[in-house]
Amino acid sequence: MSFDASSARGDLILTRITKEYGDFKAVDDLSLTIPKGSFFALLGPSGCGKTTTLRMIAGLEEPTVGSIHLGETDITTTKPYQRPINTVFQNYALFPHLTIFENIAFGLRRRGIKDVDAEVNKVLNLVELPHLAGRKPTQLSGGQQQRIALARAIVNRPALLLLDEPLGALDLKLRRQMQIELKWIQKEVGLTFVHVTHDQEEAMTMADTIAVMNEGQIEQMGSPADLYDNPETAFVANFLGQSNLIKGTISGNDGDSLVADLYGQKISLPKSRSHATDNSIYAGIRPEKFRISLLNTPVSGNVLSGGRIEDVSYIGVSTQYQVAMPWGQELIVFEQNDDGVAPFNKGDAVNISWAPIFTFALRGDEDITAGSEVNPEVLDEE
Amino acid sequence: MGKIRTPYLLLLPGFGFLFTFFILPIVNLAQTSTQTPVGGGDTGQYEQTFRFQNYIDAFVENKEQFGRSFIYAIIATVLALMISYPLAYAIAFKSGKYKNFLLVLVVAPFFTSFLLRTVAWKQILGEEGFVVPTLRNLGIISQSTTLTSTSFAVVMGMTYNFLPFMTLPLYASIDRIDPRTLEASGDLYANAFTTFRKVTLPLSMPGVVAGTLLTFIPAAGDYVNAAILGSPNTKMIGNVIESRYFKIVDYPTAAALSFTLMAAILILVTIYIRKAGTEELV
Repeated sequence: MSFDASSARGDLILTRITKEYGDFKAVDDLSLTIPKGSFFALLGPSGCGKTTTLRMIAGLEEPTVGSIHLGETDITTTKPYQRPINTVFQNYALFPHLTIFENIAFGLRRRGIKDVDAEVNKVLNLVELPHLAGRKPTQLSGGQQQRIALARAIVNRPALLLLDEPLGALDLKLRRQMQIELKWIQKEVGLTFVHVTHDQEEAMTMADTIAVMNEGQIEQMGSPADLYDNPETAFVANFLGQSNLIKGTISGNDGDSLVADLYGQKISLPKSRSHATDNSIYAGIRPEKFRISLLNTPVSGNVLSGGRIEDVSYIGVSTQYQVAMPWGQELIVFEQNDDGVAPFNKGDAVNISWAPIFTFALRGDEDITAGSEVNPEVLDEE
Repeated sequence: MGKIRTPYLLLLPGFGFLFTFFILPIVNLAQTSTQTPVGGGDTGQYEQTFRFQNYIDAFVENKEQFGRSFIYAIIATVLALMISYPLAYAIAFKSGKYKNFLLVLVVAPFFTSFLLRTVAWKQILGEEGFVVPTLRNLGIISQSTTLTSTSFAVVMGMTYNFLPFMTLPLYASIDRIDPRTLEASGDLYANAFTTFRKVTLPLSMPGVVAGTLLTFIPAAGDYVNAAILGSPNTKMIGNVIESRYFKIVDYPTAAALSFTLMAAILILVTIYIRKAGTEELV
């Protein structure tokens, strides 16, 4: 049995997984297929169950209900050391008593691989740290330890590589660099990567497919562009970037488009981006899709009039405006600073316009604060 | 200038204390070890004659007790290690909210006197205790076998008395191990046994070394356990030194034995630290 498991290959299939700790459901009836060779991200706030899911895939936790398959092989209860799955741990978990070389060789030696030297050197070259082979982990910087942790896992050529907040301990610049590097390495070695993170930018930079998790369930799954442009729930709309959500009703039907009434002003939105179940909706528009114009300027597309600039923050590449609307809501607008002018001042009366295609619609009974209060900087649950 | 002198001034009381109560007695002991009795003098009267033959005489006369001391101490240390390691591991990794309570329990024996606890063992292993009758009924020991006044009792007493000195440094060492490194080991194809051999044990080596030294050194010089739980046949070198000093009033031999014991322990410990310390320690 165990030998079957260790040579298993193929898609990772989670079927109706539930994990309970006492009364608390960390993961709730979750089903998921991760295709072989993909870079897959599990994204969500602290305590959403993403780390628990990862630990069940690694074999460090056993699901209360449900099964995990790797290709044809059921690995639900297989011990971690019998799974062809390796993990890059959150704090790297390098062996402090072993040299870098022996850290990387650890898995190879356990499996009785013959040419340990060649394999270790190859992967040390891949992460560009061959000169550190003789050092101990404590003598390395955080970024170097991160790469060694990655090398220690990929040297085993696992069917699945799990990354648990692998870049969480690095500073911002190094994190951006490592994101690009990880993506490159994944292409280079052609393994399936499953990446757990609370950082939406990190997930979007690297992953082919993102599953957004909330309260033990998957909210939505898709490509980064899909999730960003066409979120299905308020949680996804708020957790991935920012969204302006405006209450409204569907009032008409125009071919591929729907007509919606937002506080008495008509707008149009694509049918394919409506996730409403009845006429009551929240219309969603990303802040950078809005354009601001003074009252006498002609505009096209969807227009909401009667705004007044409430606050202006200059951020360098863009300027962030808060625009108070007649119905009391403040909308957020990002304007690119690409035309050399800072045209709007606090107190200006303005219209807001945008291309109809950039509108999405959520169910009208949603909690529009979902996903916006969580602080993504808080580290993940243990 | 004042700032530079202050640390040394603060060290003075410590130096003074060590000088008076450690250096002077040691020098005194060294002087005593080469003395010989005053011709025609009273018992206990000695003069300095630099007779180094004292050492050879003392050792030859007591080599059996020397050997016994080290064998008992080694057995007690190994037993204490085998008992303490699982205990310290369980407290560090598996005890959850009871961690502090269990640590208090480990130290709790210190709240009663060392002597009393050793005397208690005499009763536990005595004819009226439950151990001997139980073992006899089970046929593990014969009807005529007793446990008190045996080397078994002495080693048990030593193992028990020095157990906390083994457990605490082991606990401190194991508790520092990041449990993620153990998960990482499992993740990298090591089963539980290999994980213990390749990760847990090497990472806890500082505790193993500290614990075995803290057990072995006092055990090798111990005389209380042998005096209370043993017989003349289980005499350790500590008992010889004690009786030479206080009963026979043969100061030079007692001093020579003390120095020999000190030197032997020092050599053994040095070899041990060299062996255990260089390879695997962080």
